[in-house]
Amino acid sequence: MIKIKTTNRYDITPFRSFMTIVLSLFAALMVISIIFLIVGVNPIYAITEIFSGSFGSVYGFKETVTKAIPLILIGTGLTLAFRAKFWNIGAEGQLLMGAIFATWAGLHFGQKLPPVLIVPLIFLAGFIGGAFWGIIPAILKIKYSINEVISTLMLNYICAEFLTMLIVGPWKGKARFGFPGTNNLPDSAILGLIPGSRIHYATLTLALIFAVVLCVIIYKTRFGYETRVVGENPDAGKYAGINFLKTTLILMAVSGGLAGVAGVGEVAGIHHYLGYPASISSGYGFTAIIVAWLAKLNPVYTIISGLFFAGILVGGDAIQISLGLPAATVDIVNGTLLIFLIMGDYFLNHKIFIQFSNKSRI
Amino acid sequence: MLSRLFFKKSIMKKIKCLEMKSISKSFHGIPANQDINLSIESGEIVGLLGENGAGKTTLMNILYGLYQPDSGQININGNRIRINNPVESISHGIGMVHQHFMLIKNHSVIENIALGYKGTPFFFPKMKIREKVHLFSKKFDFRIDPDKKIWQLSAGEQQRVEIIKALLNGAALLILDEPTSVLTPREIKELISILRGMKAKGHMIIFISHKLDEIMEICDRVIVLQKGKIAGSADTKDTDKKSLARMMVGRDVVFNINKEKLAKGKKVLSVENINVNGDKGLPALNNISFELFENEILGVAGVSGNGQRELAEAITGIRPILSGKVKIKGRDITNKSPRCIYDNGVSHVPEERIRFGIAPGLFLYDNAILKQHHLKKFSSRYFLRYNRIKNHTKTIVNKFKVSTHSINTRVRNLSGGNIQKLILGREVSEQPQLLVASHPTYGLDVGATEFLRKHLLELRKQGSSVLLFSEDLEEIFELCDRIAVIFDGRFMAVLDSDDERLCDIGLMMAGSKKI
Amino acid sequence: MEDIIISTLQRAMVAGTPLLLATTGEIICERSGILNLGVEGVMAIGAVIAFIVTMITGHPWLGVVAAMAAGMAISVIHAFASITLKANQVVSGLALTMLGLGLSGLIGKPYVGKPLLIKMEDLNLPWLSDIPWLGKILFSQGPFFYLAIALALASWFFLEKTRLGIQVRSTGENPKATETQGINVTMVRYLSVIIGGGFSALAGAHLSISYSKSWIEGMTAGRGWIAIALTIFALWNPGRAIWAAFLFGGIFVVQYLLQPLGISPNFLAMLPYIATLFILLLISFKDPKKLNAPAMLGEPYNRGER
Repeated sequence: MIKIKTTNRYDITPFRSFMTIVLSLFAALMVISIIFLIVGVNPIYAITEIFSGSFGSVYGFKETVTKAIPLILIGTGLTLAFRAKFWNIGAEGQLLMGAIFATWAGLHFGQKLPPVLIVPLIFLAGFIGGAFWGIIPAILKIKYSINEVISTLMLNYICAEFLTMLIVGPWKGKARFGFPGTNNLPDSAILGLIPGSRIHYATLTLALIFAVVLCVIIYKTRFGYETRVVGENPDAGKYAGINFLKTTLILMAVSGGLAGVAGVGEVAGIHHYLGYPASISSGYGFTAIIVAWLAKLNPVYTIISGLFFAGILVGGDAIQISLGLPAATVDIVNGTLLIFLIMGDYFLNHKIFIQFSNKSRI
Repeated sequence: MLSRLFFKKSIMKKIKCLEMKSISKSFHGIPANQDINLSIESGEIVGLLGENGAGKTTLMNILYGLYQPDSGQININGNRIRINNPVESISHGIGMVHQHFMLIKNHSVIENIALGYKGTPFFFPKMKIREKVHLFSKKFDFRIDPDKKIWQLSAGEQQRVEIIKALLNGAALLILDEPTSVLTPREIKELISILRGMKAKGHMIIFISHKLDEIMEICDRVIVLQKGKIAGSADTKDTDKKSLARMMVGRDVVFNINKEKLAKGKKVLSVENINVNGDKGLPALNNISFELFENEILGVAGVSGNGQRELAEAITGIRPILSGKVKIKGRDITNKSPRCIYDNGVSHVPEERIRFGIAPGLFLYDNAILKQHHLKKFSSRYFLRYNRIKNHTKTIVNKFKVSTHSINTRVRNLSGGNIQKLILGREVSEQPQLLVASHPTYGLDVGATEFLRKHLLELRKQGSSVLLFSEDLEEIFELCDRIAVIFDGRFMAVLDSDDERLCDIGLMMAGSKKI
Repeated sequence: MEDIIISTLQRAMVAGTPLLLATTGEIICERSGILNLGVEGVMAIGAVIAFIVTMITGHPWLGVVAAMAAGMAISVIHAFASITLKANQVVSGLALTMLGLGLSGLIGKPYVGKPLLIKMEDLNLPWLSDIPWLGKILFSQGPFFYLAIALALASWFFLEKTRLGIQVRSTGENPKATETQGINVTMVRYLSVIIGGGFSALAGAHLSISYSKSWIEGMTAGRGWIAIALTIFALWNPGRAIWAAFLFGGIFVVQYLLQPLGISPNFLAMLPYIATLFILLLISFKDPKKLNAPAMLGEPYNRGER
């Protein structure tokens, strides 16, 4: 009789956890290859294409960096929320709410205020928008013990419908000639790009700064400490006199706010007007969950994992064109990677023995 | 004893006799049971007596298949058997009523019984079970409403559901783990009459308790465990409480106080007529009032579950106080936040330390400041001062002998005993004005217990006061200046520890005497 | 006017059918204590497999069976991760959704836009379909409609009136107590997740071979998420899920009907989600014990903790 026994592993070294990630990614790639093989696509070609499309050329890399901006921003915010075991899966909605607030600020004050002020203003507006949308589930959870997974999920849809309602209705711009969408933001509100690319450097800088700042916050400050305690053991948090409402409100304001900033980047840096939700965000809020997970909930690592998943998004577009694969192929890659990452966590935290036992043992 | 071995009746399915022979079991190298023998026959009630941590529950969990013994064997009707899990145990005719009931609170009595009963029909299970429950209610003179949800029942009624569950599964041997600890005196009487009825019908019962009176009242035979070993056994008719008590604690219970006399200082804590609800929303504390002074340790004695936890939580701000006042040095701290109360000099060693006291995934040094992290010495306005924190941690680790190879390990990697020491060290190292300590030595080894008791006396000497909750009377008498006996949310007495009336403390704890 | 109302209600029933199927599945799953956010993905898999098999074989019911088998198979991933590996159920469920949406897109690529020529005939129930109003609304619907209601009722019966049902619910409430009663918690949870997956896939099959009779990528259009909302809205009771699902289906249909009256369809589309949040609020005001929320929903069960 074969018995599989597991015990908790306590000696987790950084090297071991790094190797687990590498092995998980490798195993995931193997499974993805098998899927490609089954549908008749040469997996080596497809995978090379993905990574050469995103990291292999200057153009591709610029696109990768562009897409990494929202992923790093949102992923950074999510590491904070997830540390407190607040399962914020509403970053998509928070991003859109940030975009809505920023658009409103840009359209309203674009002509009235001096251009120097307008960019900080729309970033602030975006942050407030996202934070507002992030605080709602925090209040619902702490005050009314409503599961945040469900509430953030619902709020995603509510925000997407609300945005659509705005752009087909009151905010519909004359410049769109009857198509849904607002007018373009005034030039002063449009973010500068690194020449020859679509990289809106202001947002990129913010993303990098936030990643570092949040890392310091989580590991060095009282607030970060309280966040980690609440996440590890809410009962201990209560006993230690931590104010749950305050802690959760702050961390969700930051988590949502950063998603909102990502929304600002998409509107003011890329599209220049508020369009359909699906065009503003191609699922960044969900992809960022994997980004945070792969970064082991460390904000600084989201810079690397954000680039990695941005690369997969860009590479996915590349194989759509060159191999005629559907857009959803990227989802397979992401889904498989995520599954293997969680499985990897299990093998990292447990020792597994296989015993060939005979029955007469006592 | 030996004659029973040759008395093989393997053909009979029902257990006539059961033996556990030289059972040993240890956890993480700490022995919980050592070379224990136990036997029981049909129609017999055997008491298993011992203090907390004597190994009673471990032994029974082995019999119930929850743990495997490291060595030793179990015989039923003379045949050696192996019990790998509770299911096998049930099929051998063993039933267990755990101290913490294994019931599904949101489900009805019927649904709970139907869950494990082998004869539950697949369709419409509730109809048949309802009949069964009625049948059993009559047979053993129970009163129970089968359609009520478990959370609507009293503890005594819940216990009856557990007993029915076990009996329905054909339990010839019933193990009751501290069955009276959650019951009111009237419910205890009812339980005893139920058990007598079962005994008359040929069932055998193992009755785990640390209460002498009950054991003497209902058991035929008693086996005393002390620190994982058998300390003695006797027929109840041939023994008395005093000699059992001697076996249980390993020496005579001498109420000698070898602590130095100290004069009472200023008033530190005053609790005025507080009323507090328990987890279920029922009153847990009823107009409790007392005072506590500098240089004083006040012990709260009582069977657990009589309001001790609620009292500790109410004082430390975790549980809301419905009416009444709590004052520290004259300052009203009623219903203040736990942090505010901490800042007023109140430390708290909670009862469920592992549950409340640590964040298992964080580092040892993170956990060493769980309640103190906001203090000036560990943090500026926003940032934590990790240098100081680490030094502080090292001090606690050294002083309280927490064995760990580094303070940079995660607390979940520490053993239970070491976690205890860390929490205790953290809570008492701050020189609190008042220390609220719930069962502080529970689960500690002998050395650590001794060290901690000395430390409590040291705190007392330095002018602090201690509110000590303990089930260990020896500990209470050794440490306390005054003793309060709590029963059903009321103080039955608050007396000086050398007051002679305390010889009736057992009666007070059982609620039958009030001073 | 009468015709409009009847046809609206008729279409509300059709729109509610996949919601009811998926919700019933999610209820069984959550009742065992496992939160499955993979409904959307499993639905997509069900839709594409049902479509392809029906297209190739010409037998819609063969498509349905294949879809359910596929849905159950892919749900095993979530079961394995959340039960055996005790992984975070939110993350694992999201992974399943991504994987399901991705795989369905990849597998279904050659079939995009191809019409399905096989028709599933509406069943006009004798006598009943002649009842004015109700007859047309309730008793001359496609087979999936009746199947969905029958399965919801059967699931209610299963959860409330059978032994296994009690075991499933007990597992979601208190796995430890359940295990001491000799019940294999792991197996019960696996079973529930897999059955739930089968139901979600069935919902997908309805979309592709009965509702729209075609396949396009992303045709589930968030219905899986609505099912998760509905599970709460119905307070984990398959019987209540019936009217709740058709109510939500009605909102779907009415969206475009009320547009000429100046009511934004997007506003109406928001309503199901707002309603779910509102229900959650109500739950929190009432005593949660009197409602059905499984106590251990989303908590992995660790055996043998000392």
